[in-house]
Amino acid sequence: MTNLPVLTLIMLVPLLGALVILLIPREREDAIKTVAATASFISLLLSLVVFLSYDRQAGGFQFREKTTWIPEFGIGYHVGVDGFSAPLLVLTGIVMFSAVLVSWRSAERPREYFAFLLLLVAGVFGSFMALDIFLLLIFYELVLFPVYVLIAGWGSKRREYAAMKLTIYLFVGSLVAIIGLLVLYFQAGRSFDWFELQAGIRSLPPEQSVQLQRTWFLPVFVGFGVLASLWPLHNWSPDGYAAAPTAVSMLHGGVLKATGAYCGLRIGIQLMPEGAKFWMPVIVFLCMAGLIYAALIAFRQTDLKYIIGFSSVSHLGLVLLGLAALNELGFNGAGLELFAGGVMTGLMFALVGMIYERAHIRDVTQLSGLARTMPLAAVGFVIGSLTLMGMPGLPGFPAELQIFMGLWQASTTPSAMFSGATNGWYAVVVVASVIVIVINAAWTLRVAARIYFSEPQHPELQSLPPLDALEKTAIVLMCATLIIAGVLPNTVMSVVSAGVQAIVKGLTAAG
Amino acid sequence: MSQETIATLLWLAPLPPLLAFAVIALFTNRYRQTSATIAVSAMIASLVISFLVFFNVWQMQDLGKKPIGSQIGWLPTGDTVLNIGVAVDPLGATFLFMVPLACTLIFIYSTGYMAADPLYARFFAYLSLFAGSMMGLVVSDNLLTLFIFWELMGFCSYSLIGFFYRKPSAYRAAVKAFMTTRVGDMLLLLGMVYLYAETGTLNFHQILRNEEVLNSLAATPAVLGLGISAAGLIAILIFGGTVGKSAQWPLHVWLPDAMEGPTPVSAMIHAATMVSAGVFMLLRFFPLLVAAGEHGTAFTIVGLIGAFTAFLGATIAVAQYDIKRVLAFSTISQLGFMVAAVGIGAYVAATFHLLTHAFFKALLFLASGSVIHGMEHGHHHASHHHHHHDHDGHDHDAHGHEDEHTAHDFDPQDMRNMGGLRQRMPITFVTFLIGGLALAGFPFITAGFWSKDEIFADAYYHGLVKGDGLATLVFIVLVVSALLTAFYTMRQIAMTFLGQPRSEAAANAVESVPSMTFPLIVLAVFALFIGFINIPKDFPVFGALVGDGAYWLKNFVASMLLEKPEPLAFNAVPVLFSIGVALGGLGLGWYVYARSPLQAGQTDPVERLPIFNFLANRWYWDELYRKIFVAPLQAIADGYSSAVDKGVIDRILEGGYALGARMTKGFAEFDRVVITGFSDAVGRFFRGLGDWGRELQSGQVQNYLLSGLIMVIAILVFFLFLFQ
Repeated sequence: MTNLPVLTLIMLVPLLGALVILLIPREREDAIKTVAATASFISLLLSLVVFLSYDRQAGGFQFREKTTWIPEFGIGYHVGVDGFSAPLLVLTGIVMFSAVLVSWRSAERPREYFAFLLLLVAGVFGSFMALDIFLLLIFYELVLFPVYVLIAGWGSKRREYAAMKLTIYLFVGSLVAIIGLLVLYFQAGRSFDWFELQAGIRSLPPEQSVQLQRTWFLPVFVGFGVLASLWPLHNWSPDGYAAAPTAVSMLHGGVLKATGAYCGLRIGIQLMPEGAKFWMPVIVFLCMAGLIYAALIAFRQTDLKYIIGFSSVSHLGLVLLGLAALNELGFNGAGLELFAGGVMTGLMFALVGMIYERAHIRDVTQLSGLARTMPLAAVGFVIGSLTLMGMPGLPGFPAELQIFMGLWQASTTPSAMFSGATNGWYAVVVVASVIVIVINAAWTLRVAARIYFSEPQHPELQSLPPLDALEKTAIVLMCATLIIAGVLPNTVMSVVSAGVQAIVKGLTAAG
Repeated sequence: MSQETIATLLWLAPLPPLLAFAVIALFTNRYRQTSATIAVSAMIASLVISFLVFFNVWQMQDLGKKPIGSQIGWLPTGDTVLNIGVAVDPLGATFLFMVPLACTLIFIYSTGYMAADPLYARFFAYLSLFAGSMMGLVVSDNLLTLFIFWELMGFCSYSLIGFFYRKPSAYRAAVKAFMTTRVGDMLLLLGMVYLYAETGTLNFHQILRNEEVLNSLAATPAVLGLGISAAGLIAILIFGGTVGKSAQWPLHVWLPDAMEGPTPVSAMIHAATMVSAGVFMLLRFFPLLVAAGEHGTAFTIVGLIGAFTAFLGATIAVAQYDIKRVLAFSTISQLGFMVAAVGIGAYVAATFHLLTHAFFKALLFLASGSVIHGMEHGHHHASHHHHHHDHDGHDHDAHGHEDEHTAHDFDPQDMRNMGGLRQRMPITFVTFLIGGLALAGFPFITAGFWSKDEIFADAYYHGLVKGDGLATLVFIVLVVSALLTAFYTMRQIAMTFLGQPRSEAAANAVESVPSMTFPLIVLAVFALFIGFINIPKDFPVFGALVGDGAYWLKNFVASMLLEKPEPLAFNAVPVLFSIGVALGGLGLGWYVYARSPLQAGQTDPVERLPIFNFLANRWYWDELYRKIFVAPLQAIADGYSSAVDKGVIDRILEGGYALGARMTKGFAEFDRVVITGFSDAVGRFFRGLGDWGRELQSGQVQNYLLSGLIMVIAILVFFLFLFQ
């Protein structure tokens, strides 16, 4: 590669796009949309470049850029990606580009809308690449503001309530995490640089180091876990999604939540492996409870967006379970599930949005026979459901398989929390999670049956306008991604596992 | 042929139908004839490839020790790589013979049967995917690959059972089939995860022909202190997959409903593919069962469930009137025979019966489809009261299928409306008769006799000669079931084909088109003669007749096992039992139904049995599941049933659903009061601030900004306080 600062570009292009949009007069809507689409497309292409040219043999962090910024406080501009985060950049690119296409025909006040959307996505890109904790937190918080404005300003039902609820949850969560990180900062060498902080924590006297990690792991992990809808702090998520405009649901459910899980790994687990080993049973328990809870609640919902919202809680629950296994299989599975579930969630929210834009109905019982007017959407919905339930041929299967295998493997490890015991009950967690998948399958299939494949009962639905070319492009893009990653999981897995190997090595080195 | 060539062929074997699926789905779905041609040619290509493999390996006596195949990495998992791999071993080879042959015939038959269906192209797309998945499953060399195709097949069956998806009953049956089998699949998935955690591989050969691995699995206690070995628990979990896929009790409830799909699909599911896959996998894991203990828990569970299912299915079949439903319960019963055989260690006998059953059951289903076709034609003809001499078969099909799609009063599948079809549909009659006799185990000239006799011989030997209690029980139960089998088979043949027509439709039925009768004839030949692949060497007359060909199957597949099964000496007692129950059951059926065939309006003699309602209602399993899961909850709950779809809450899955709904109601309350309540309180606080802000400033965005600003200030204050 040349010395092109490709990561910075990925993050900067949407920011520039937002700026350009603000300079365009608001009447020129097509120009505004074109800029938004172009900016996201460029980011998508660049992220693909990073993904494809990531050196799988070498592994570790690549494409690093580092400059000092506020040396007095040990703050620098430091970005880079490893095998775990590279696919997440692609995920962000795909979902963002699709979100722009899907919002094309429906966005009101497009200038502000797309500007905020681009701002949001710049923050997400930044979070996945930041290797300086301070920088990462800036990006992390940068995301929250546009999300709030987009939901409150462009949302539907109870939007102010939902926006406020979401913001409070996420804000408090990040606050807790920030406190923990500041403690680490002050105790371990006063550098925000990820590598230096990691080295600093490890160079402490062993007992002090372990003590520090065990004390602060949980607040940090749970703080980020709020964004990954860790039970019982998930409650903002379904309301938020129900109120959010389509593109925001897609980005939030598909990508933004992934940053929560990602930070949980990168900052929580990798900086404080001893704390992770100690607290993981608690996380496993919360994940299991959340999985079951979300699946059951989803079962009772008839609002499509709530259903998808709760499925995304399930999907993140699987990711966190994979992380909680603390072994290679689990991390591998979590990495793939983040990617697969992210695309899946984006796809599902996009499809729900397409129905809602046309019929202004999201109640499952009021919809029927939609496969006649939008057959491609029906296919997409089935593919999304099958991904969630782990059908082979789609990437949910290899991801969930590895998560379960990893967790089962972890069930033989001794528990750090209860000395003398093993984590044998993880096997029960695996069983419960597997059952949850069955429930998910039942529900999504019934929903698909009712809204798409049933005999049309609502004549007015038969005259809905068909999907336009942009919407079709978005569906095909996301479905194709799922199918490629499902049939040939190695396309994603080879990168993920290159990153995971280094992560696992880091964990064992610390122990 | 070199090993590399064979390995390549194995990779190629499942490909043509899978490609046909893709091509039809993506490109030719608007062209009916092209799509059918693509599907059939692809299946034939697959057949040719499979036969090339089969006829290269069928005489290799040590193929079990050295299977031929190759792998490619699919999923790196750190230390190891999960592979996708293919291999042919004796068990796989015999299936490489049976599966594509049966599938090809079903494909050809479908061109006639489905000819007028508006979704003809889509039908062939799914059918191809179904066949390709089964082919993939057969050539899989590890559990992961097998599971992938296993699940794909589950999805296809869901699509095909619900093929007439506008019909609510079809859709419900599809979901029921999918979900019930998925319960089994989840057990299988757990077994797979557990197996991998214990052994670090999923390759059949490395696990199942490796004494070291098997011994260590047998020596490891299972998780959670269940008191059995890891080998035993893994075997039981994997058997869970079989119970779902092969419709064994207690997950048998989906198979009869699966009749909602088009008849060729029933033939696929019941014979060549889906249900066979379950037993096929169980046979694959036979060495694991052995490792778990000769008289271990795993074997006992398998044996008991198999025997019970065999009996359950046979009794229910006696009291059914739907021609396809009788066959469906007979499938459940016959699969029970195989599973019970595995449970008593009769590996070869189970394999043998699986093979013969595939042929005669495919034959029976296709023949019953031909009957239904003929009846629909007759009904159409009779209800229009005018002749169309210039009609070609396709027009009849068009009307017939419309009838099949939309519910109507006349039921062309009800045997009470049939009778006398022998004269009107001679080819169908003869072939159905052959299939029925094979199912009943008519001595010497049908395949079913030889394979069933093999099971009896094993059960008798282990039970009454060696004194094993389980085998004795299995022997007794299976003998009774076989008697019932012969009886209901004769009942079915007599009610359908003998006597006088009992409806206008039956009186006007016509023989089906050649594309449908040709497969029947071919299958009939196999239903008669496929039994000769495993004639016991010392069986009087026949042993001498086949000479060196005796026990071909046994010699071939036995190399799959670590210990070669000891050859049983010829024993006349089980053979006499076998002949006796077949002839006895058929004779009883003849006495009741054929001597004086039912007249129109006459009551079926079995209805006079005091337990008729119990049998006709399938022992009330469906109702029992409903009662266990739904009724108590319904009594407590008063609100939820109006919230959920009442019309669908009727079966076990919906029972779980109801349970879930009940629980979530509690959760939702908790969610609303506790969790939401808290954040609402916080929210109200900020909203209060916001309102205050709104008074100061009008305009939305400013308001949001203000709220944000307040938060930022709050954090700053917080940090100042904390880290001053």
